[in-house]
Amino acid sequence: MDLPVFHLDVLNNRMLIAIIAVLHVVINHAMAVGGIPLVSYLERRGVRTGDDAWDKLAFRLLTVFFVITTTVGALTGVGIWFSTSLVNPYAMGSLLRVFFWTWFTEWLVFVTEVVLILAYYLTWKKWTGPRKRAHARMGVVLSIASWATMALIVSILSFMMDPGSWQSNRTLFSGMFNPVYLPQLAFRTPLAMVMAGAFGLAIAVGATDAGTELRTNAVRTLSRWILAWILPCAAGGIWYAHAVPSAMASNLAVALLTQALEGWSRTALGVLAAVSAAIALLALWGAVRPNEVHTWALIAPAFLAVLLIGTFERVREFIRKPYTIAGYMYANGIRKDDYPMLQRDGLLAHATYTSVRRITPENEVDAGREVFALACTRCHTTDGVNGIRDVLTTLYGPDKPWDRDAIGAYVGAMHTTRPFMPPFPGSELEKRALAAYLVHLQDHREPLEGAQVTGVRVER
Amino acid sequence: MSPDPTPVPRDIPLPLPVNGHALELLLIAAFIAHILFVNLMVGGSILVLAFEIRGAKNPDYDRLARALASTVTVNKSLAVVLGVAPLLLLNLLYTIHFYTANTLTGTAWILLIPTIATTFLLLYLHKYTWDRLRDLKWLHIGIQAMAVVLFLFIPLVFLTNVNLMMFPEHWTNVRGFLSALVLPNVFPRYFHFLCASLILTSLFGVGYFGRAKYPVEETFQALTRPQIRRAFYTVAFGVSLAQFIVGPLVLFTLPSKGLSGAVLSAIAMGALLAIPAIWMMWKDLSLPEPDGKRLPFIAGCLSLTVLCMATGRHVYRGVALAEHRQAMRLATERWAEESAQAAYEQTLGRERAAQGVTQGQALFQSTCSACHGVDRRVVGPPLTEIARIYADNPDGIVTWARAPGKKRVDYPQMPAFASLGDPKLRAIAAYMLQTGASKTAP
Repeated sequence: MDLPVFHLDVLNNRMLIAIIAVLHVVINHAMAVGGIPLVSYLERRGVRTGDDAWDKLAFRLLTVFFVITTTVGALTGVGIWFSTSLVNPYAMGSLLRVFFWTWFTEWLVFVTEVVLILAYYLTWKKWTGPRKRAHARMGVVLSIASWATMALIVSILSFMMDPGSWQSNRTLFSGMFNPVYLPQLAFRTPLAMVMAGAFGLAIAVGATDAGTELRTNAVRTLSRWILAWILPCAAGGIWYAHAVPSAMASNLAVALLTQALEGWSRTALGVLAAVSAAIALLALWGAVRPNEVHTWALIAPAFLAVLLIGTFERVREFIRKPYTIAGYMYANGIRKDDYPMLQRDGLLAHATYTSVRRITPENEVDAGREVFALACTRCHTTDGVNGIRDVLTTLYGPDKPWDRDAIGAYVGAMHTTRPFMPPFPGSELEKRALAAYLVHLQDHREPLEGAQVTGVRVER
Repeated sequence: MSPDPTPVPRDIPLPLPVNGHALELLLIAAFIAHILFVNLMVGGSILVLAFEIRGAKNPDYDRLARALASTVTVNKSLAVVLGVAPLLLLNLLYTIHFYTANTLTGTAWILLIPTIATTFLLLYLHKYTWDRLRDLKWLHIGIQAMAVVLFLFIPLVFLTNVNLMMFPEHWTNVRGFLSALVLPNVFPRYFHFLCASLILTSLFGVGYFGRAKYPVEETFQALTRPQIRRAFYTVAFGVSLAQFIVGPLVLFTLPSKGLSGAVLSAIAMGALLAIPAIWMMWKDLSLPEPDGKRLPFIAGCLSLTVLCMATGRHVYRGVALAEHRQAMRLATERWAEESAQAAYEQTLGRERAAQGVTQGQALFQSTCSACHGVDRRVVGPPLTEIARIYADNPDGIVTWARAPGKKRVDYPQMPAFASLGDPKLRAIAAYMLQTGASKTAP
């Protein structure tokens, strides 16, 4: 509405966020939140047993974690911010106003975390002898800092699913401690530990020699580590899955949506359960017969863990629809409260950047394109991922000409049959213009470029 | 074709979490902390490359490059983490301006993420292959050269964005990153930044390698501590002199709309504070064996210079954006009022509909019924008469109500109701015709 529209017509905006975010979460969970406690545990084990091999293994794991978290990990974290504020600046801008202090605190913890991991890594070989215990303690403090950054950010993710009492009292505290927060944290924490164990196993394949005692010990220990966290992970997952649909249902009156959500959460739960079971079985193999485990079985849990978290993040993003901040802002970046005005006057009447202000029979297709850019492109492309031509072809067939009136009527009612769609935010005239543009797309393959390519126009 | 007007977007309709001025002070402080480590990272990478190339002839310089490289990887981690706070504050204080600039240069902006990550990975690759690639020295130097090339590009994108955000009047002319790059002041500021990076890193080198605890004798074959100090001081001194050419260039290419007495005095103060620092560098360089005793004084002066420049830069942004932000504030307030009114009317409409009252009837009661009765004259003609005149022509009523004339001598002139808006006038007209006709009908 008020900002130029960034749009990727092939990749899709949401896919851009997904790629960056999933990569970040994999690195953050496996190599920081779960990874540092794992390294710290192995280091202490070395101190306790006096066996230097544990120390070497711990340091090799840490080296991989350190290099990846301080490069791709740190940058994808900032990248989530960059991409979400490009794709949905209103949601990001709103969250910043509500959660400034959370983010600021998270930054302080993050600085602590980075300083500590630098110190922890760089002093590993220097703090020997009596100082080794102090070094091991530093690992514990670092583990707490790594967890705390996640614990703070998860409150914002949960808020987007269900702002809880923030809707009425607008305080930071009520926003942070929303109904989904603790269940989500209870799930992510053990999940991170499981992921760290899975990644640890994969790295151990390269960091130890097959057939050695160190390999056997490493496989047994890491497998036991995974097994220890699997049950809390499943319990947290179930709590979380129960917290989500009921909380969403209380925000949304449409009964269909609840059904759809239940369907989704069951599917998601099924996938999560199957993958968790596979990881658990492989870990069980490693724990019981550590010297007989095939190499593939040591690498597989890491891949399964990525699959697990990728699916989970996808489901989480999906069930939040049609909202980006539940009950407050739709996925198209428009506040729920602004709908009456926009539906009365039209999106174009209030848009800052548009090449069409008044719709006439001559400029209908152009007006429809502007409406599409404003209202639909946060999720849809023309021909790329989630392309609108594909959607319409499925609905109306490829051969006979699409019916403009039918499409117009559908646009007005789609949120009742497709509960993840926000209601159409524009006027009746704009609905007709949008339908004209969509029909025009049937025999015009024309990509829609974002403002990063075309720039912007301001029509008086 | 007339140029597009300056866009006046609306702000996020939620209050700032804390006083704006406190946030601005925090922004200046956080930005200085961030930029210092960015300077050390970029300047350090350039010097590592230069020393390593020189190291092909003099192995001591290869060792110096290696020692400096190990500080760069630490500084780069701090540069990123300390960048989060200024980014957070900039996002919060200048949400719309910053996001608009980000979008208009969107492709370059989002490519920063993989580019910076790649650069960092190259730095690690370079650092950890120093021995392994000893026989493939040019490949090793090539890795660092690639990192340096990327480091030279990255600040340009940031600078383009923070520059673009200050000039809403240029937004409609921007077509991607390259066109935003040619706006005034970007390149002078870029060179100013590069010079600052080299000065800061060189002075850091004087202190880091020149301190008594650094194992110079064990690390180098021929290089002595004073020689290392001289090498770094020479770079710092030379580039500082260059900065006195680049600095004024930055000032002269700065669009005048943000200049004010406060901005100019902050910049002038910063420049003045740099003079004694450079003088002291010269004094140290004049010694046969530079002892580095003047370094704290130099560092103190230049820290104040940085503070002045960062403050000046911030005040400039405030002045440059003041008018536009004021216009935005009004637009945002207007929007909020209109939106609330529309939401209220929609609710009211639903309630009326539930009671069997149309919008037209409700509007007629509140707006027209003081003068118009249903079947008898109050002030103006009754609905029965209106329905006869305008039967099948509701638009005629709308046109009349927008700009009424005077038709009847014995009636007072009706006031105009254009401000109600056509949709409401149409609803009233429909009610008038329906009610008037139903009362006339037998």
